[in-house]
Amino acid sequence: MKLSPVAERRIIFTVLLFAVALPLVFPIGWTTEISEYTRIAYRLIEETDENKVVIISFDYDPSTMTELQPMAEAMIEHAFKKNQRVIATALWPMGVQMAEQAFDKVCSHYPDKERGVDYTNLGYKVGGMVTIQAMGRSLSDVYPVDNQNTPYEEIPMLQNVRRLRDIAWISSLSSGVPGLKEWMMVARDSYQVPVTGGCTAISAPGFFPYVNEQRQLHGLLGGLKAASEYESLIGRLGSATTKMDAQSIAHLLILIFIAIGNIKAWHGKKGRQQ
Amino acid sequence: MKRSLPLIFAFVVGIIVLISEFIPHRPFNQIVSTLENWFMIISGFAILLGQISLIRMNANKIANRLPDWQYHLAGLVSFALMLIFGLLWGMQETPGLMGDGQGISAYLGSKPFDYLFENAYMPLSATLFSLLAFFIASAAYRAFIIRGFESNLLMITAVIVIIGRTSIGTMLTGWLPESLSFWHIPNLADFIMEFPNSAAQRAILISAGLGIVGSSLRIILGIERSYLGGDK
Amino acid sequence: MKHGMVLVFLFTITILCANSFHATDSPWDDGKAIDLFWELSPMTRQVSIHRLNENGNPVEVHKSTLAEGSFTDYGLEANTHYQYRLTAYFADDNLTLMADSNTREQWFFLRKLGFLLLLLIVSCAIIYYIRAARNGNEFFIRRIAGLDSMEEAVGRATEKGRPILFVPGISDLDDIQTIASLTILSHLAERSAEYNTELIVPCRFSMVLSAAREVVKEAYIKVGRPDAYKADNIFYLTDDQFGFVAGIDGIMLREKPAANFFMGSFYAESLILAETGFATGAIQTAGTAQAHQLPFFVVSCDYTLIGEELFAASAYLSKDPQQLGSLKGHDFGKLMIIVLIVLGVILEILGISALKEFIAGAVS
Repeated sequence: MKLSPVAERRIIFTVLLFAVALPLVFPIGWTTEISEYTRIAYRLIEETDENKVVIISFDYDPSTMTELQPMAEAMIEHAFKKNQRVIATALWPMGVQMAEQAFDKVCSHYPDKERGVDYTNLGYKVGGMVTIQAMGRSLSDVYPVDNQNTPYEEIPMLQNVRRLRDIAWISSLSSGVPGLKEWMMVARDSYQVPVTGGCTAISAPGFFPYVNEQRQLHGLLGGLKAASEYESLIGRLGSATTKMDAQSIAHLLILIFIAIGNIKAWHGKKGRQQ
Repeated sequence: MKRSLPLIFAFVVGIIVLISEFIPHRPFNQIVSTLENWFMIISGFAILLGQISLIRMNANKIANRLPDWQYHLAGLVSFALMLIFGLLWGMQETPGLMGDGQGISAYLGSKPFDYLFENAYMPLSATLFSLLAFFIASAAYRAFIIRGFESNLLMITAVIVIIGRTSIGTMLTGWLPESLSFWHIPNLADFIMEFPNSAAQRAILISAGLGIVGSSLRIILGIERSYLGGDK
Repeated sequence: MKHGMVLVFLFTITILCANSFHATDSPWDDGKAIDLFWELSPMTRQVSIHRLNENGNPVEVHKSTLAEGSFTDYGLEANTHYQYRLTAYFADDNLTLMADSNTREQWFFLRKLGFLLLLLIVSCAIIYYIRAARNGNEFFIRRIAGLDSMEEAVGRATEKGRPILFVPGISDLDDIQTIASLTILSHLAERSAEYNTELIVPCRFSMVLSAAREVVKEAYIKVGRPDAYKADNIFYLTDDQFGFVAGIDGIMLREKPAANFFMGSFYAESLILAETGFATGAIQTAGTAQAHQLPFFVVSCDYTLIGEELFAASAYLSKDPQQLGSLKGHDFGKLMIIVLIVLGVILEILGISALKEFIAGAVS
């Protein structure tokens, strides 16, 4: 039975829809091995002392939150476990809401964490690399108030934090420009602040070369798989881990489609030769 | 004059920005950030131009009852709604013209702008991005066909990386001893991404970088004028 | 007692003579850093360095357990005097040393010397070949199928009576890829004007919108068809990445353009655009320097301009000898990089890292 290309596409989409949806409803519970890139990122946070102030930059918008939000929640939780103080910033306008959602979710498990003392959200600033360079000189000049209009000087955890060099590590979760690359170029190269981060799986290959001996990037979380690896490292069953079953099934299905496509092409070629 | 002025401007500014990269002394260290600020200010005003274009195009289609005019109306209504809600009641901690809108926030659970953002815009945005999964499947089905040596190589590499990026890869070769850990599929996938993939990406980046240098030099020297509309 | 006092005196002198702390302006920079050096007695347990602000209040800038070391204090103001206080802690005593320095702006970033030399060499090569082209030298350039297909694409659109869709990327005008895409738009607009084919150009940013309108209008005027120019065909959609993609998908499905051109900077939406266009049966040409989006375009598009080919498009389409000469300069640059890579690998194997450090910008 010969199917039109349109019909084939519809069948592929329908089968894929069920293949992705069913594991989310009926989790399988497959585990995933942890890659070295994730371990390097984990070690950076694990080996940072207590009470150090850190930055997580939310450089993405809701379209990529499926991959990046679990990373944000896992990193915030890890920092909270190590009693580090988290500053949220955003180089994308909607990153501010992403940060608030991440804090709300994590703080539901850590009710003792107090805004202003253990975490703060400084909000969004336009400018990308220019903003980061300005932060290198003075954080309070760039963020005179946080996203709740509290003056910088009145935020207890920021009393000894004047500029980027006072930050123990920076993590940029980014899905485009400005994002991880800009943080790396300014914070790491100019101010020698360790930078790690996360990105979508599609963009990850472009960042792998920067995880090198010079530690331009201290590890990288590339995609949902890396997010679930990070969750296993911190001992948490988060959203990334539950979604990995669906991703594994989807990948398997794509392999099956590729095989079917090749069989179809082979049949077609054989038919033409005859 | 209409042509000469932009060309002279492009040349002077281009050379100054190029030199500023190597000179830390004032005023050169401030030139680039000043020019970037100017660009952001101009972009801010230019947004108005975009909004006028958007409203004009949609209004024109609605007024002339062109096919699918209802969707253009929906687009304009959505644009107006978000604008009005944002102006009247603000968003998150920022008040609007009518204050913080405690009454309506109590009813909806959040400010109207935030409510629409979280319940309409965010799911729509995530849905668009999720289309990628379906398109990757249909693209893979159509394009990953074994034809010759290169396509064979592509297939093998693709299969290893696809399996290696899932829990299945761990299960398939997890039993291999430490001495053969290189052949463990996730490790093999990481090797492919780290070496051949990185090498190819760097080569493309290097040639693109040279292309950028050449293109920029042609624009600075005034040899390339297409962005102004051509030679005449 | 006298003996004890002499011993204490000698001990103090030893400590004082063995200890030094000085500050100097960090060389070859923008005057916003000071280098601090200290050399202390091996009995030092901990070192703490404070910078004194205008009120004389100390602000801790560094802590160390090394008896001998250095530290660079960044983020200072240029041409300003700074005072530092070092406190060295011994077993049951401590020592305070002061140092001061002025920050000074220099006239050259020495650590960028390698970068400057490479840039000068490549630029000189490009200028040399441009001059050679002006003097009548002809340079061979290989076929770029994606650019040759432009005629075919416009012809097909004209036959079918369908429009052409051109997407100038999703970056703003400050991205060189967007400018490169506008130069291609200029040539495409001339072809469409000649064949009287409709050209649709959705834009993500207002600045790109105004530049694209100017480019297309000039192209129509150039071929003598100013009446055929429609400003409403070049329009703004939205700043939002996926909103923009949704808009373009809608245009592709409703207007069913016969030819799609995706030129410029693209991110995750590249496959969505290309696959939707494929589903409509259009002939598709894409070009981007984003290396990780190229595979998606290669799979779904008929022709793809890879990296440098996007920037070579203007030279290739115009056949202007000067522009073609500049492409030769690119090739020289590539040859130079190949030589440097091979040389660098050999030197690293031999344990000589001078070349790597020079190019990477380390200053001794």
